[in-house]
Amino acid sequence: MNRTLTREQVLALAEHIENAELHAHDISKVTNDYPDMTFADAYDVQWEIRRRKEARGNKIVGLKMGLTSWAKMAQMGVETPIYGFLADYFSVPDGGVVDTSKLIHPKIEAEISFVTKAPLHGPGCHIGQVLAATDFVIPTVEVIDSRYENFKFDLISVVADNASSTRFITGGQMANVADLDLRTLGVVMEKNGEVVELGAGAAVLGHPASSVAMLANLLAERGEHIPAGSFIMTGGITAAVPVAPGDNITVRYQGLGSVSARFI
Amino acid sequence: MDQIMINALGDELYQAMLNREAISPLTERGFDISVDDAYHISLRLLERRLAAGEKIIGKKIGVTSKAVQNMLGVHQPDFGYLTDAMVFNSGEAVPISQRLMQPKAEGEIAFILKKDLIGPGVTNADVLAATECVMPCFEIVDSRIRDWKIKIQDTVADNASCGLFVLGDQAVSPRQVDLVTCGMVVEKNGHIISTGAGAAALGSPVNCVAWLANTLGHFGIALKAGEVILSGSLVPLEPVKAGDVMRVDIGGIGSASVRFT
Repeated sequence: MNRTLTREQVLALAEHIENAELHAHDISKVTNDYPDMTFADAYDVQWEIRRRKEARGNKIVGLKMGLTSWAKMAQMGVETPIYGFLADYFSVPDGGVVDTSKLIHPKIEAEISFVTKAPLHGPGCHIGQVLAATDFVIPTVEVIDSRYENFKFDLISVVADNASSTRFITGGQMANVADLDLRTLGVVMEKNGEVVELGAGAAVLGHPASSVAMLANLLAERGEHIPAGSFIMTGGITAAVPVAPGDNITVRYQGLGSVSARFI
Repeated sequence: MDQIMINALGDELYQAMLNREAISPLTERGFDISVDDAYHISLRLLERRLAAGEKIIGKKIGVTSKAVQNMLGVHQPDFGYLTDAMVFNSGEAVPISQRLMQPKAEGEIAFILKKDLIGPGVTNADVLAATECVMPCFEIVDSRIRDWKIKIQDTVADNASCGLFVLGDQAVSPRQVDLVTCGMVVEKNGHIISTGAGAAALGSPVNCVAWLANTLGHFGIALKAGEVILSGSLVPLEPVKAGDVMRVDIGGIGSASVRFT
């Protein structure tokens, strides 16, 4: 894989970006200073941020996919989505509170998450293997928060910034994939009691399970895989909606109940 | 607006439909036209269709999404009539060159009634109790007004811009599906172009049918057993042309497809 950064540069960028997250302040996108950065460089930075968190005692509790709509990919001129990781402190209970003072400019997206019961290895991982390896699916609201000024970034920068991951809220109703049509499964997002976004599972790469297969294939490029028991958020079904202190949100899922949270 | 004027405008819209020649917006002709006037014009248009042998088989509700309401500057839906000349079955070819002018496709949920609904006072419970089944549906809207330059009065007079509709080949009881969260996926020529869910139409397609029953109740008109009620689009309108193939899938309800020639 093509790399342009030295080890020292990767470590410095990881510290710079993670500090922006930890202290909730925005930064200019990293490609301003390193215009030749590649995807491999950007994932090196992301994996270094992950290592820093684990060294500090945080657990990695899942993975997430981003940029999973064909429209967004076409807009950014790419053909594959991106991934990031989820740390233990990202998790917020259903009906819980998200403290926006610890975030920069949060937005929410409605997603479907998978929990696996068998490992998935790429390359060549396909939707059939994903469905066979799925223990259950569960509704999730993701809170994203780019560390970059005005939420403006390019693809390389957002990969280095852990795909804008920051918080997630998981619902309490799980289901077997055999009992649902994830393609037509509808979601209705309400903010302060008003419907603000709607969609169906097909908005995620045609089917949310395709997103998991792509994750396995992306991880394989680094010799990694999806272990059994992984929690994977598959990508936004709806457009991202900004949230502010005082907002409350509920997302209703066809056949999967609802997820809600308050923002202070 | 007097009846002579109403008849003249209704006749003009009828001829526009027959000749497939769009006309200038009624709202840009230098006279005032109220929404009530527009409904009277739509009734004249309907009379002409019935006189030509068409039969009423249902009604449609339009302007149900916030996006379209904002575009037209109104905060309520509108309605039009469905006749037997407008219905196509899933998979059939719709000949644009013979039937339509500037068509756009909308994915919707169709209600088939088993009991009359007579407003005012119709609740969502009444709507569900009176519904035999719901079906996946494409409404092909079409404006007789040039370039779709419509204000609310133009579309109301023009039978709520209804062109024709395509019913899917599945029907389910409203007891078996959550009409608020049921998801919709629309494909055009094999590409997924939009997704949505039931709540896109006034919060629920059931709300739309209740609104129509209550609105028509003021004029002494019932929604009748056996009628098809198109409850409003759940996704953005998509322009279509000859050669296009559209497909809609609705979670828990089924699918419909249409080819344009």
